Amino acid sequence: MRLIAEGLAAVRGERVVFQNINFDVASGQALVLHGPNGSGKTTLLRVIAGLLGMLAGRMRVIDKDGAVLTDEARDQSLHFVGHQDAIRPQLRVMETLQFHANLLGAPTKNVDAAIATWGLEPLAELSGGLLSAGQRRRVSLARLSLQRRPLWLLDEPLVALDTPTRARLNDICSKHLAQGGLIVAASHEPFLGDRRTMTLGYQE
Amino acid sequence: MKTFRALVWRDILIGMRASGGAALAAAFFALIIVLAPLGLGPDAGTLRAAGPGLFWIAALLATLLGLERVLQPDAEDGTLDLLRLSPLPLELVALAKIAAHWLTSGFIISLLAPLLAPLLSLDTPAIPILAASLLLGTPGLSAIGTAAAALGTSVQRGGMVLAILVLPLNIPFLIFGASAVSAAQANEDPTQALIFLTAASLIALVVGPIAAAAALRLNED
Amino acid sequence: MQQFANPQRFVRIAKMLTPWLLGATALLLVTGLYLALFVAPPDYQQGDAARIMYVHVPAAWMSLFIYACMAVSSAVAFIWKHPLADVAAKASAPIGCVFTALALITGSLWGQPMWGTWWVWDARLTSVLILFFLYLGYIVLWSVIDEPTRAARAARILALVGAINIPIIKFSVDWWNTLHQGSSVFRMDGPTITSSMLAPLLVMAAGYNVFYVTFLLIRMRTEVSQRRLRTIRLGLEPVPA
Repeated sequence: MRLIAEGLAAVRGERVVFQNINFDVASGQALVLHGPNGSGKTTLLRVIAGLLGMLAGRMRVIDKDGAVLTDEARDQSLHFVGHQDAIRPQLRVMETLQFHANLLGAPTKNVDAAIATWGLEPLAELSGGLLSAGQRRRVSLARLSLQRRPLWLLDEPLVALDTPTRARLNDICSKHLAQGGLIVAASHEPFLGDRRTMTLGYQE
Repeated sequence: MKTFRALVWRDILIGMRASGGAALAAAFFALIIVLAPLGLGPDAGTLRAAGPGLFWIAALLATLLGLERVLQPDAEDGTLDLLRLSPLPLELVALAKIAAHWLTSGFIISLLAPLLAPLLSLDTPAIPILAASLLLGTPGLSAIGTAAAALGTSVQRGGMVLAILVLPLNIPFLIFGASAVSAAQANEDPTQALIFLTAASLIALVVGPIAAAAALRLNED
Repeated sequence: MQQFANPQRFVRIAKMLTPWLLGATALLLVTGLYLALFVAPPDYQQGDAARIMYVHVPAAWMSLFIYACMAVSSAVAFIWKHPLADVAAKASAPIGCVFTALALITGSLWGQPMWGTWWVWDARLTSVLILFFLYLGYIVLWSVIDEPTRAARAARILALVGAINIPIIKFSVDWWNTLHQGSSVFRMDGPTITSSMLAPLLVMAAGYNVFYVTFLLIRMRTEVSQRRLRTIRLGLEPVPA
């Protein structure tokens, strides 16, 4: 699978946050976006996910047979973990993950596996309102393990995570890449050893 | 379909567990009915004449109450992004939201209304018609309200704005609903009013999800 | 930016037309009022009070006509994404709202000598009153969303939903009114209209229409300029020399 962007530009509000962005990420590769606040990292991730329209340019996701995915197929082959964690104080962690599994079209049994992968067993019965920032982050990252999807879009995945969880995230991501996955992440800190980075900055 | 059910169930769970929850709409509805005699005087004749209208005005206001919670929190906490990425079409997402809102507001109110009917001296034959009119009409109120709530996701602090958008559009429900109950009290046939009420509700259930989905797509670019 | 090329041509043409349209508005309204107040015969039942009809009836027509224009502009904006269509719908709303208020106030002023009361729940008055609130909701929605492009899209949807609802509301109010016929003894359209009354009515209606077009163009020009100012301020467009 490949993700190819050519000449992307996007506006937020009425400001052009970036233009003429080009990249090509193939299976097994990760692209880490750096740049100051407001340089458009989140906007770029949302554009890739199809959650925001673009002002100019072209974005394609190509499967292993070389066919360009439709918007629906693209939605079904990506995980988007933004900095909003989609956790409600009224729902227990278990219920939240079951709901997310349902939205992803994943079988409910995957929930237990995801809980084990992310070490969430002690939190499973807690309601969302009781979680700390780092725990919320972990629950929202656990979505990655609910269903196998090749393209991961991660927005500031390291924020609020403690050292063991950072290591865990790093392992899980490395394994995903080794299995032929793709990762595009926005981060202020070095992520995944910064194998390949792109720095966004103010235009003009 | 499974996703649809999961979404409805999740919203009901949140609705029930949120402070006040579904009881809030019911309590608000009951309170308006209790306040009415205190404002109008306890004369049974006056209350009986005003009753159908009061019940329906109370229903309009009580269904308004939970609208802010229908989509605003989802837009704020990122759940809306997940809903947009899920294979469930946004029209069905909106329909699930309507269903959950109705089950925690209009439906409860419809069950509660017959118990409150004696407080306004409603005639006994009119009580089943009151319940039926609320059951038939309140889904439409939820549909219009959800469409407005979807527009409201673009608005910060949209509470009162929602009321201004929704209430004028709900007037046909008030007219047909209250008329059906009045007709039953006057020993006339309420069928015509109930048919019009149902028609208005059905139209709202078609237009509402489409408009709501269009409004949710606003966030796209 | 390319999308501003078209609005700028619009601004030039609108600027050229404005003085002519203002003149036509003044001429039509003065003629219409002269015909209504001095030429048209007093009504044999209502006397001179009936002359308020010449202000009232066309205003009521305009209130509905402008909402229809708003809905059509919104549909055009929705389907073809034409940037001026949103501007037209936004610019129409306050004008329509004022005509609706004018219809309500003159209706009330007319009602006082005729019925001895400022308000009756006549089907037409009630419908116009609800229309007034629909206008208010639309104007409020524009004002509460900070970002103009997003506000425009939300407003389109509201205008279209409102347009679908208006016939239903009208039907329900008419039906409601026939149920409670006792309360409406008089009809708002007044006595049957003779030809000497028709002329001032039509001239007034034409005057209102030209007034609408004139102020629509002026408001649209302002709006386009404001948007341009915004893009210049945001640094998307160079400051014109």
